[in-house]
Amino acid sequence: MLQYIIRRILIAIPTLLIISFVIFAVLSLAPGDPLAQFALNPAIPESTRELIRIQFGLDQPWPIRYVRWLTSLLRGDWGFSFGTRGPVIDLIWQRLPQTLIVVGSAYLIAVLLAIPIGIISAVKQYSLFDNVATFFAFVGFSVPSFFTGLLLMLVFAINLQWFPIVYNTTLKVVDWDTFVQQARQMALPVTVLVVQQTAALTRFMRSSMLDNLNLDYVRTARAKGLSDRMVVLRHVLVNSLIPVVTLIALGIPTIFAGAIITENLFRVNGLGALLITSINNSDTPVVMALTFIFAILTVLFNLIADILYGVLDPRVRYS
Amino acid sequence: MSHKRLWAWMALMAVVAIVLAACGTQQPQAQPTTAPAPTEAPAAQPTAAPAPTEAPAAQPTAAPAPTEAPAAQPGGKLTILYWQAVTTLNPHLATGTKDFDGATVILEPLARYNQDDELVPFLAAEIPTVENGGVAQDGTSVTWKIKPGLKWSDGTDFTIDDIIFTWQYCADPATACTTKAAFDPIGNIEKIDDTTLKITWKEPTADPYIAFVGPFGMILQKKQFENCIGAAASTSAECQAANLAPIGTNAWKLRELRPGDTVIYERNPFFRDADKVFFDEVEIKGGGDATSAARAVCETGEVDFAWNLQIPKAVLEPILASGKCDAIAGGSFGVERIVVNFANPDPALGDKRSEPDQPHPFLTDPAVRRAISLAIDRKAIAEQLYGPTGEPTCNILVVPAAVNSPNTTCERDVAEANRILDEAGWVRNGPVREKNGVKLIVSFQTSINTLRQGEQAIIKSNLAEIGIQVNVKAIDAAVFFGGDAGNPDTLNKFYADLQMYTNGPSSADPQQYLQGWICAEVASSANQWNGSNDGRYCNPEYDALFEQLKVELDPVRRAQLAIQMNDLLVNDGAVIPLINRRTPNAKLKNLEGPTFNTFDSSIWNIATWRRVP
Repeated sequence: MLQYIIRRILIAIPTLLIISFVIFAVLSLAPGDPLAQFALNPAIPESTRELIRIQFGLDQPWPIRYVRWLTSLLRGDWGFSFGTRGPVIDLIWQRLPQTLIVVGSAYLIAVLLAIPIGIISAVKQYSLFDNVATFFAFVGFSVPSFFTGLLLMLVFAINLQWFPIVYNTTLKVVDWDTFVQQARQMALPVTVLVVQQTAALTRFMRSSMLDNLNLDYVRTARAKGLSDRMVVLRHVLVNSLIPVVTLIALGIPTIFAGAIITENLFRVNGLGALLITSINNSDTPVVMALTFIFAILTVLFNLIADILYGVLDPRVRYS
Repeated sequence: MSHKRLWAWMALMAVVAIVLAACGTQQPQAQPTTAPAPTEAPAAQPTAAPAPTEAPAAQPTAAPAPTEAPAAQPGGKLTILYWQAVTTLNPHLATGTKDFDGATVILEPLARYNQDDELVPFLAAEIPTVENGGVAQDGTSVTWKIKPGLKWSDGTDFTIDDIIFTWQYCADPATACTTKAAFDPIGNIEKIDDTTLKITWKEPTADPYIAFVGPFGMILQKKQFENCIGAAASTSAECQAANLAPIGTNAWKLRELRPGDTVIYERNPFFRDADKVFFDEVEIKGGGDATSAARAVCETGEVDFAWNLQIPKAVLEPILASGKCDAIAGGSFGVERIVVNFANPDPALGDKRSEPDQPHPFLTDPAVRRAISLAIDRKAIAEQLYGPTGEPTCNILVVPAAVNSPNTTCERDVAEANRILDEAGWVRNGPVREKNGVKLIVSFQTSINTLRQGEQAIIKSNLAEIGIQVNVKAIDAAVFFGGDAGNPDTLNKFYADLQMYTNGPSSADPQQYLQGWICAEVASSANQWNGSNDGRYCNPEYDALFEQLKVELDPVRRAQLAIQMNDLLVNDGAVIPLINRRTPNAKLKNLEGPTFNTFDSSIWNIATWRRVP
C-alpha cells in the first residue's frame, strides 16, 4: 500500500509540471493587458503601459517567464498580483473562508440530501417520491446556475425581500443576530449550488442502490428473514456507498475552485470570483496560482479516492 | 394513479408559479426597512394616548430627539457598490477607475474638478490663476499654496515635501506609475515656504493643472512610501503593504481592505473638517454585475450608491422607475464614434495592410464619408438602445461645455446622402453602388457587447438604404482594446474599413485628446501600431491648428481652436460621432451629495455626502 502511494506521488510530479506548463502557455498566448481598461485613455499613453508591462516582466518571451515562475515557486514564492501589487498567496488566503463557507456548506448539504433521497428513490422505484425526485434532479441538472441564481434573486431578494442581494464578506458572526444575518445572506447562493450538486449525486446514489438491490446477496439476506430496513441499510447501502464515496471525494477539490458564476452573481467574492476577475484582467500570477493549486488538489484527491476505494472495497487491493 | 398524477401536476404548477412570480413586476413595496423615521415614530405615540388637549405634544418632543429640523443624525455607514472591485489603494499603481475611486476616500490631490468641470481646491488654499499670479504669464510655471495646518491620518504634518516626493515617486519609470504622464511635464518643484510650492515645467504648458489635480494627482505620504521608489514599489514587502493601506488626508482612513472585494473606511480624526463629516463609516463593495447593483439601490435599498450603470435601456428604465433612487447623469462618459480607416485594410496587401502609405480605395473620397454620416440614424440608436444613458451628438469633443461646438449638424438625410453619392459618380449596380469596379462594401468592426451589436444592426440597415453593403464583425473586448501587437483584431491595427468604440478626453484641457488625429500619431507597423491616430487621418490643415493649440496660452482662444478642430474633423468625416454617453450612477433618495463628474471621480466630494430624511 505504502509503495503504491509513493509510486502515485512520484507519477504526480511530472503530471503537475506538465499541467503548469500547459496553463502557463495558454495564459501567455491568450490576448490581454493588465491595463486594458485604460487602452484608450489619452492620459495613460501606450508608453506608460509599455513601462508597466516591462516592470511586470511581460516583455520577456513566455518560456523564460515560465522558468522564472517555476523557480520562484520552488522557493515558495507565488509572485505578486498585477492588480493589487501584493503577494498572490495573501489574496488566496483572504478568499478561502468565503468559498469554504458557501461552497463547502452547499456541498455538505447536497451530500446529506442526496444520499437519503437516492436511497428512497431506489427502494421505492417509480413511486411518486421517485418521480418527483427525478423531476427535480433533471431540473437541477439542466437549468444552469446563472438562471436559477437570477430567478431566486428576483423572487426572494427583490420581490419578497427576504434575503439580501449583496453578500457581506466582512460580516463576523459573534452573536445570534449576526448568525441570522449570515444565514440569510448565504441562503440564496447555497440553494443554487445545492440544487445543482444534489441532482447529480441523487441520480448516482439511486443507480448505485438499484445495481445492488437485485444482487444475490440481497436475496440471501431477505431469505434469512432479515427485516427490510436491515437489508437496505446494513447490506445494500454500505455496498452502494463505495462508488458514491469516491465520487464525493473527487468532488472536494471543486469546493476550492469556488463556484465562479454563483459567487459572482451574489458577490460572495471567493476563489471563483477571484479566478474570473483575474482572468478578465490578465492578472497572470493569480490565475496561475489558483489553477495550479486546483490541479494539485485534484491530483491529491484522486489519490485519496483511489485509496478510499481500496479501504472500502475488500475486493480491491493495491500492491 | 390519478392521485399520483395530481401530485406531480401540483409540483409542476408550483415551479411555474415561481417563474411567473419572478417575471411579474408586482411591487410588494415592502415596509421601509431602513428608514429610521425619527419624526414619524413620536408622532404616532401621542395619538395612542387618550391625550388631554395639547400637553402631550410637548412631551414627546422632549424625549425623542430632533425638533423641527428633521436633519438625520450624523453617523452611520455609507455603502457604495461597484461592479468592479478595488484591488489597490495606491492610485498611482491603479489598474482601473475603481482603484482611483477607492483611493479617493483616503487620499486627496491639491484640487479636483466638480460637476461643472471647474476646479475646487482640496489640499490647496486656492486655485492658482494668471489673475492671482499663481500661473506664470508665459506658461513656464505654476505656484500652489496649500491650506495651513494639514495633517495626515497618523497625526503627522502634511508638508510640501510630501508633494515633491509624490512627483519623484512617479517620475522614476521603474516605479511604473499608471499616472506617470501627469508627472512627465514637470521639470522641477521647489519649496518656496512651508505652504507654497512652485512647479516649473519642462516646456511652457497651457494646462497648468495637469499635475496634482484630479484622480491622477493624489498625494502620497513621503514617510510611508520613502523606500518605495523604483521596482521596490511592487516587489518589496513593505511597499506592498503600503499600497494596500496608504495613509491619507481625506475624511476617512482605512480600516480593512480585501482586495478585489470590500474596503471599509473609518473616520480620520485629523481631517481638517472632521466635525462636518456625516458618515462614521464608508464601505465600498465590489463585484457582481451592473444590473443587480442598480437593483440593490433602486429596488431593495441595500446600498446607498451604485456606480456606472452600463445597462441596456430596456432593463434600466424599469429599475430606475421603482422610485427609491435617483439616477445621476450628466457631462459625458465619452463619445461613441465610428472611426473611418484612411488606409487600405485589404488582406491581399499582406504586410502592407492598413499601413498609412496604402490609401483606402473609397473611404478617402469625402463624398462617401459624408454620405455615411448623413445616412446613420443617430436618433434611433439613442432612443432604442441607450435611453437614459446616451444622446445623439454631432461632435467628437463634447466636454467641457465651453468646447462643445454649436456649429455642426447631423440630421439624418437619406435623400441628400444618395444625391452626394450619385454626384460623386458612385452608381447603383443592384443593391450596392460602385465606381470604376470598386464596390462600396465595408467591413465594420467593434467589441462584443449587446449594445454595440444593436448599433451595428441599425447602421447596417441605414447604410443599405444608400447602397453601401456592411459586413459586421464583433471582437472580444479583451482583444479589441488589448493592443497586443501580435493580434490582427486590435483597434490599433484596424484591419477593417470602419470601427466603433467610445472615447473621450481625460482632462478638461482637450489637447491630449485632440492629438489623436495628427499625422505624427498615425498608427503603423513602424510604431508597433501604438500611435493614437488609429484612423490614419492626416490633414496638414488640422496639424497646423494643433501646432497653434500647443503654444496658445489664452483659455478663450484655446477653446475656439478646439471647436475649430472639432468642426474640421466632423465636417471632413475624419470620424463620425454618434452618441454622447451619459452612463448614470444611482443613489438612494435619502442620500445627498453625489453629483455626476466628467473629469474626476464619481465620489470626488464624498466627504460632504450626507443622509437626509
